Parts: sequence; structure tokens; C-alpha cells
Amino acid sequence: MSELLKVPTMAEFMAAGKQPEVLFWVGCAGSFDDRAKKITKAFVKLLNKANVEFAVLGTEESCTGDPAKRSGNEFLFQMQAVTNIEVMNAYEIKKIVTACPHCFNTIKNEYPELGGNYEVMHHTQFLKTLLSEGRLTIEGGQYKGKRITFHDPCYLGRANQVYEAPRDLIRKLDAELVEMKSCKSRGLCCGAGGAQMFKEPEKGNKDINVERTEQALETKPQIIAAGCPFCNTMMTDGVKNKEKENDVAVMDIAELIANAQDL
Amino acid sequence: MEYLPQLLFAVALVIGIGYFARNVKKLMRNIKLGRAMDVSDNKSQRWKNMTMIALGQSKMVKRPIAGFLHVVVYVGFVVINIEVLEIIIDGLTGKHRVFSSAGSIYGFLIGTFEILAVLVFVSVVIFWLRRNVIKLKRFLSSEMKGWPKSDGNMILYFEMVLMTLFLVMNATDLKFQAMDSGNIISQYITPWFSNFSEHSIHLIERSAWWFHILGILVFLNYLYFSKHLHILLAFPNTYYGKLTPKGQFENNEAVTKEVKMMMDPNVDPFAAPPEGAEAAVPAKFGASDVQDLSWVNLLNAYTCTECGRCTSECPANQTGKALSPRKIMMDTRDRLEEVGKNIDSNKGSFKDDGKQLLGDYITNEELWACTSCNACVEACPVSIDPLNIIMQMRQYLVMEQSAAPMELNNMMTNIENNGAPWPYNQMDRLNWKNE
Repeated sequence: MSELLKVPTMAEFMAAGKQPEVLFWVGCAGSFDDRAKKITKAFVKLLNKANVEFAVLGTEESCTGDPAKRSGNEFLFQMQAVTNIEVMNAYEIKKIVTACPHCFNTIKNEYPELGGNYEVMHHTQFLKTLLSEGRLTIEGGQYKGKRITFHDPCYLGRANQVYEAPRDLIRKLDAELVEMKSCKSRGLCCGAGGAQMFKEPEKGNKDINVERTEQALETKPQIIAAGCPFCNTMMTDGVKNKEKENDVAVMDIAELIANAQDL
Repeated sequence: MEYLPQLLFAVALVIGIGYFARNVKKLMRNIKLGRAMDVSDNKSQRWKNMTMIALGQSKMVKRPIAGFLHVVVYVGFVVINIEVLEIIIDGLTGKHRVFSSAGSIYGFLIGTFEILAVLVFVSVVIFWLRRNVIKLKRFLSSEMKGWPKSDGNMILYFEMVLMTLFLVMNATDLKFQAMDSGNIISQYITPWFSNFSEHSIHLIERSAWWFHILGILVFLNYLYFSKHLHILLAFPNTYYGKLTPKGQFENNEAVTKEVKMMMDPNVDPFAAPPEGAEAAVPAKFGASDVQDLSWVNLLNAYTCTECGRCTSECPANQTGKALSPRKIMMDTRDRLEEVGKNIDSNKGSFKDDGKQLLGDYITNEELWACTSCNACVEACPVSIDPLNIIMQMRQYLVMEQSAAPMELNNMMTNIENNGAPWPYNQMDRLNWKNE
């Protein structure tokens, strides 16, 4: 790392008697998965660049419980949820941003009934706000004219009707946004949802991520853009399966923007 | 003797409507076997959804060809049935075309019906071709073999016959043809009967008239045994459909109670249960049979018309997995019917038949193939939610039977122990910052 990332924790803010503008919910993938950690860092660079006063929970963060709930373990999910809510309510958190659509969906939609009420944004929505407020600018630069296709994460798109924020950001890069034949509300799942990420697929004749990658490759993209660390893994594996890893990169929107800024 | 036709008509009407009403009662009883669920909120949004999705067919037209043809049949069906009112009045009073005194308005109406009848007939023929000649993939899945396939075709035959009878009835009604108003299509059919005597033509007209109305009554009663119930249930089903974001899965209240108790430091774990609580059956987590599902799930099952849009959008199904959301709905209905019949033959109470929805109808493999992506929910033109059933059954598998796949058990153990689905220490959560 050339320059140090500024990543203050909630505990530090609390000690200084201050409230951050927003809590960055990093998520398990963003904290531990090698590929997803790069997305986390790219997003933090953008937050630093835009001088956003954010904080993370750090070691006080724990799994939202999404994969437990989707596996059917409602008990474990609610234990996780109640614990997280207790921590966040103690810090009087009002606004949360996260780069993971699963965390986004769970905190936004499933925490309120258990006592956690926050304004929750996906990082693409947050970045879009920073741009429209003029706190961040994008120079298209290295992505100008590149063919980029966007894979809709189910838990961002269908689940929460967020289709345009990531696309608007891609357009801001002066890139050529090419759509797959099934996109937006008809976007095909990458195969990771519903806790499939953590198990072998059931018996079938193809893996879902390969099917989706084939759809993406039909658009002849130079970059497959994703907005979810799990989709990212699945699509990256799909591209490798098709032996296209030298021609097609799978990147998160936050990485595209951070790269365009040479961050 | 003079009143015999009217009498016969009245009897047919009473039997036809009476038997249907009896089955509707049974249907409602079966739906009420489901778990209670409060859907009294947000009435204005619910009316809006029903108006847009059921009445306005807004989701049907997402697939333009099938959607357009369906709108034709739907509009035709609704509009042509205005004619049934006249037939009923005629039948009961012994009059003939009681509304024809309305003159040109009558001609306009019948003309509209005739045009619609032709359009419906053509659309239905195309539907039949899609199922039987073009063989669209979604009509050929394994769950569509046997009865579901013949049911689909039977409905189309019914409609073809009814539309033909309507046009023949008009074409052979020489008095109506003499009016020369509204016979916009049937005037071209009349010449086909030019070799017949006036008496034979009258007989054909009477037969067509009778078969038309009897056909409608039979079709009405066929609904309960068919996937075609959607023409009625689409309305309540879209009204009671989910209003929250698709990603928001139901909160299991029974679990919330347990969790709250566990988290409450004031609860004495060794306290004796309060008076009378011993007898209370502990809550069952999740669903293994239809009675565990909510009544809205069961209404969903009766509403499903097996179009297969859900299954054709399902990523698991597309990649050859055993899961088909349509089959989930069909299985739920079949099991519910079985439970209903059990209750009928056991004087109103269910006698354990050693079967249940889970295992006997829906396999674990199907349930574990779901990615919870909501594609099926999005695709359904009448707001059915197969995913909700899948999730309730997973809850039963995990919380009542501990029957999750091993890898998922590992994942859940990790979450329990170290707050992440992978075996990393929670204390290392911020390490990325310095890497």
C-alpha cells in the first residue's frame, strides 16, 4: 500500500464523542475474502477521496445472518440480527452503506421487524449521491469506450428494485454499457444466493455461474461489472471456466471508479 | 308441456350453479386449513395491484406473444359472457333474444361478440399449436405429463367448442339474420346451411343454443378440477399478494419469541412453566405439510394455472436441477386436495394418512437447489410466491430435522462461533485495512 487508508472505527468515533456521517458495513466477504477485500479497499479510497466521515464496526461487526436465514436457520439468523442491532443501536447508527447486496437487503428489510431501523444504501447508490453532490468526480479516462456489461445482483435488483444506480455509474465512465439478453428484473442469478455460495450445487447438467457467464460473454464485453462480492466470485469462476480470463475482467463498480481516478 | 324447456333450463341452471357453489365452499374450507396470516393492511395498494395485475393483465404482456393472445381470450371471455345474461333470461322466460328490442345497440353488441368470438377462437388455436405442435419447452417439463397436459388441452377444446356454438347459434337463427344487424361474422356462416330445410336449421339453432349454455355450465364446474381456476382466483390472489420488497423474507414470529426469551437476562431458565402452559404444544418451526403453510400460500396453489413462466426463469431449472417452482405449486395443491378429501371422508376431521408435502411430494433436493433469486416470483403473472413455500420448508428441514447439507451446517457453525460463514476469527475482521 502506497498511502494509508483511513478506516476509523465506531469505537474511535464514540471515544472522540463524534458521530460519523455513515457507517460502512463491510460484510464477511468484504472483510475476509481476498478478492472482495480489494473491493472494500477501492470503496474506502473513494470515501477517503470524497472526504466522507465514515466509520466501520471492525471487530464488532458480525454476519448479518443472511445465509443462515436463506438456509432455513431462522433461529441463528435472528440471534445474529438481534446482536448486530444491539451494537448498532448502542452507537445510535442512523445511516449505513454496504458493498454487499445481501447485507444491504437484510439490514434494510429484515432488521426493522427486530428493532433495527436504519437508512441503508448500496455502495453504488451512495457513490451516485457523492457524484451528484459534487463531492466526487469521475474522469472516464481508462474506461472510455470500453464495452462493459452489468450483471444485476438478485438482492439488489429484483429484491430491491435498484437497477439504475450501478448503470448510471458505468455511463459516467464514458464506457459503452451493453446489456445482456436477460437483465434487470429478468437478470439471471449468478448461482450464489440462498446460501448456495457455501455448498456444492445440486445435481444438474450445468453450473448456474457458467450459464450466466455465457450470457455475459455473448455481449462481447471487455469487463463484466458486478455489484456484489458473491456475484463477483461466481462470474470470475465462470470466466475462468470459459478460459476467457485474459480477455475479460470481472470488476466491482467501486473498483472501476477508483481505477478511473487512479486511486 | 309448453313450459318443459323452461323447466329443464331452470333445473340445469340450479344444478350447474349449485354444484359449483358446493365446490367453492370446499375450496374455501381447504384454503382456510392454512396458517392464519394478517393481510388487512394497505388496502389501497392491494386494490391497485389487483386492478393492474389481474384486471389490467400488466404482467401477462411481459411476454408479448402469449400476453397479447391471452388478453384477446380474456377480453373475449368477459365480454361475450354478457350474452349469457340474455340466454339465461330467454331460457327462464321462454322468450327469444329478449334484448333484441334494443335495436341498433343490440346489433352493435352482438357484432362485437361475434368478432371477439372469432378472435378468441384463433387465439385458442394458436395456444393449442404452441402446446402440441410447436412444443414450447415450458409445456413439456416432467410435471406436465398426464393430467396437467390433458387439462391444458381440454380447456382449449372447451373454448373452441363454445365459440363455435355461439357463432353457429347466430348463423342458424334466421330471425336474427333477417334483422341484418350484428351478424357481422355469422352472415358468412349462414350460407353453409342453405341446403337444409328451415325446420332443420331451427333444430340446429336450438341445439347450438342449448349446448352453448350447458357447455358454459359444465365449464364452470370443470374449473374446480382444473388449473383454470385462475380466471377467478387471480383476483383475490393479486389482492393478497406480497407488498413488501421481494428480498424481505417473512419474519418467523415463533422464533422471535424464543430469541427474545434467550436474550432477556431476567428470564429464569429453570422457572416452572406458568399454570396451564404445560399442555401447550410447542411451536413447529417451518412447514412440512400444507396445514403449516399460510392460507395465502394455499390460495397461491389453487390460483396457479401452470403456465410455467416461473420455471422457465428459474436458474436452477435452467441448469437441469430437480427444482421447478411450478411443481412446488402443483404439489402443494395436489397435497391440499388430498388432505381435503381425507377430511371429507372422515366426517370433517383430518385423519393422519402417513403422508406429507415434504418427502411425499417435494424432495429435499428440490428445496436445496433454490438460489432464492426471486426470478419465479417476478415472473408470475398472478403474484404467486413459490419461494415463500420453499423457505418455510427449508426452515422445517433445518430447525426441526437438522437436515441441512453438511456444508451448510459447517457454514452455520462458523456463523455461530465466529460471526462469519467461513472459519475466520472475528478479531481479524479489520485486518484488510493494513494488508
